[in-house]
Amino acid sequence: MTTNSLTTSQGAGRAGDKVFSGATLAAGCLILAVLFGVALFLVIQAIPALVAPPADIQGGHGFFAYIGPIVVGTLIAAVIALVIATPVAIGVALFISHYAPRRLASGLGYVVDLLAAIPSVVYGAWGAAFLAPQISPAYGWLASNMGWLPIFQGPASATGKTILTASIVLSVMVLPIITSLSREIFLQTPKLHEEAALALGATRWEMIKIAVLPFGRPGIVSAIMLGLGRALGETMAVALVLSSGALTASLIQSGNQTIAAEIALNFPEASGLKVSTLIAAGLVLFVITLGVNMIARWIISRHKEFSGAN
Amino acid sequence: MTVTAPVARKRSALTKGQLPAFAPYVVLAVALVLGAAILALIGFNAFGWGLVSAILFTIGLVGWSAAVEGGRKANDKLATCLIVGSFLVALLPLISVIWTVLVNGIPGIITPGFLTTSMNGVTGALDNKSVDDGTKVLGGVYHALLGTVQITLLATVISVPVGLLTAIYLVEYGNDRALARAITFFVDVMTGIPSIVAGLFSAAFFFAVVGPGTKTGAVAAVALSVLMIPVVVRSSEEMLKIVPNELREAAYALGVRKWRTILKVVIPTAISGIASGVTLAIARVIGETAPILVTAGFATTINNNVFGGWMASLPTFIYTQILNPTSPSNPDPSSQRAWGAALVLIILVMLLNLGARLIARIFAPKAGR
Repeated sequence: MTTNSLTTSQGAGRAGDKVFSGATLAAGCLILAVLFGVALFLVIQAIPALVAPPADIQGGHGFFAYIGPIVVGTLIAAVIALVIATPVAIGVALFISHYAPRRLASGLGYVVDLLAAIPSVVYGAWGAAFLAPQISPAYGWLASNMGWLPIFQGPASATGKTILTASIVLSVMVLPIITSLSREIFLQTPKLHEEAALALGATRWEMIKIAVLPFGRPGIVSAIMLGLGRALGETMAVALVLSSGALTASLIQSGNQTIAAEIALNFPEASGLKVSTLIAAGLVLFVITLGVNMIARWIISRHKEFSGAN
Repeated sequence: MTVTAPVARKRSALTKGQLPAFAPYVVLAVALVLGAAILALIGFNAFGWGLVSAILFTIGLVGWSAAVEGGRKANDKLATCLIVGSFLVALLPLISVIWTVLVNGIPGIITPGFLTTSMNGVTGALDNKSVDDGTKVLGGVYHALLGTVQITLLATVISVPVGLLTAIYLVEYGNDRALARAITFFVDVMTGIPSIVAGLFSAAFFFAVVGPGTKTGAVAAVALSVLMIPVVVRSSEEMLKIVPNELREAAYALGVRKWRTILKVVIPTAISGIASGVTLAIARVIGETAPILVTAGFATTINNNVFGGWMASLPTFIYTQILNPTSPSNPDPSSQRAWGAALVLIILVMLLNLGARLIARIFAPKAGR
């Protein structure tokens, strides 16, 4: 019985198949390894700061007393940025998906995406050199007229380099993220739902309220979460704009600090235990953003129909 | 005939209770005039004029609509005003940023030698002298440009094979297995890693493996790869997914091995999309500052060795020139250099974005769809 040439002569090809599929698998696993490596190496380098006697850590009261105010500062900056950016971003997304003329829509979408293309350090420089001086008179007004609110307590910063300015710059940076995700979702609203609403006599806004927004709600929530992740980890906007200091309730005085900016400002000159402290701070930031992002992705993956949303 | 003419001139019952088509223009004109008048009283500026006019326009149009058309139509008009307004508000920072960079950056970039000299030997004393004498600002971005190109190139060399192979695994071999789903999920999560954490990871990794305080261009390139790989994976995956299955089946039917099908049929079909995705990924990481700050240090001289010594890059150059001017008493030359570098960086990023679109268009998918 002769050997079947179809099954025997392809040894080289089969080896090629094995090598190639092995290489792709290895690349995939490498990505998982890198992500776990990020956590692992951050933990290894952070341990000295976590076990060091409290007096040796900057501030003299241990790592958690050091990191606590910066975590709060990070959250304040990110939340204000989202409060500013979310309504505008949803408005822009609705404008591009349902209001702008069809022919212009993709071009206008590209213009908004340009906001995402501008490097963060340029935003930081713009915030420090242009926005802060422009906005400081407004802070003076807020301090004298609404100073009874703790968040607007005076005296206002004369340079305008406050956490509120940093948050405004951050809101500009997260705007394109929330916009592009929401836009994708709004465009996927079933046409029949929209047409049914319009046929029943709804105005355009009523159609959006009863057909588009309910359909897009989970998508909007996850878009906001992704924006939050970005705002929490953004470094340059805060490092260049904010003149940092101790945690204060007032948003229009200099003060407060975020984790990312604290690392960027101190890491280049740091040595010894200080390096560990900053890496531990980075670990805290990593854990916070990882949690936020995983929740966002989980919401997206629960609604598989938003395939274009990621 | 004589009866119908006056009837036609009367408004139809169907269009009764609607604002005439010219209503928005009338309200806009009134709002602009009123806005100018109000601003003239409290001191005129263009931004305030636009803001006051927009508010007056909204109030006027919605009020008129509420009086003539009723509450539902008025709400619709209000929503339209707010949505169009939010788009205009979003354009403000874009225009403002680009304007600021152009105005401040052009004096820097047209200074002779800005693109071809490094900061080697440029001291605060020289800056003070150039301010006092009014001579040209010395120093430039050559070393930073060189560093950016080297670091980004190395990051691309690391990221593209890993990212592309992973995308191939997900599309061709994954079959929605648990591992493929895990990789997809964690790639998505990785897109959200703060850039400074990627930098710290790379620094921590090299501190642990090579030795404490290791700061070179290669460390920065690894940090940028962590940011770049997920972008490459996602875009390549999308592109491989839209390659029609008929092409694969045709190749299999001819007896071609799977790996040769992928290399010779699938990838060439998707190459335009993959290339434009890679270009966009480069555009994303080329402007990253924080990871380079913690991994490559600062340098004022040209460093041609990615694997040894501190290295400058455009973003960190901008950052240090603003935060620590070369001459603390005269920050103007430093800020001129910083804005010049910012302009160079923005031009670079915009060219990459434009390039990505061109690649996608010129090498459009060869598969008929």
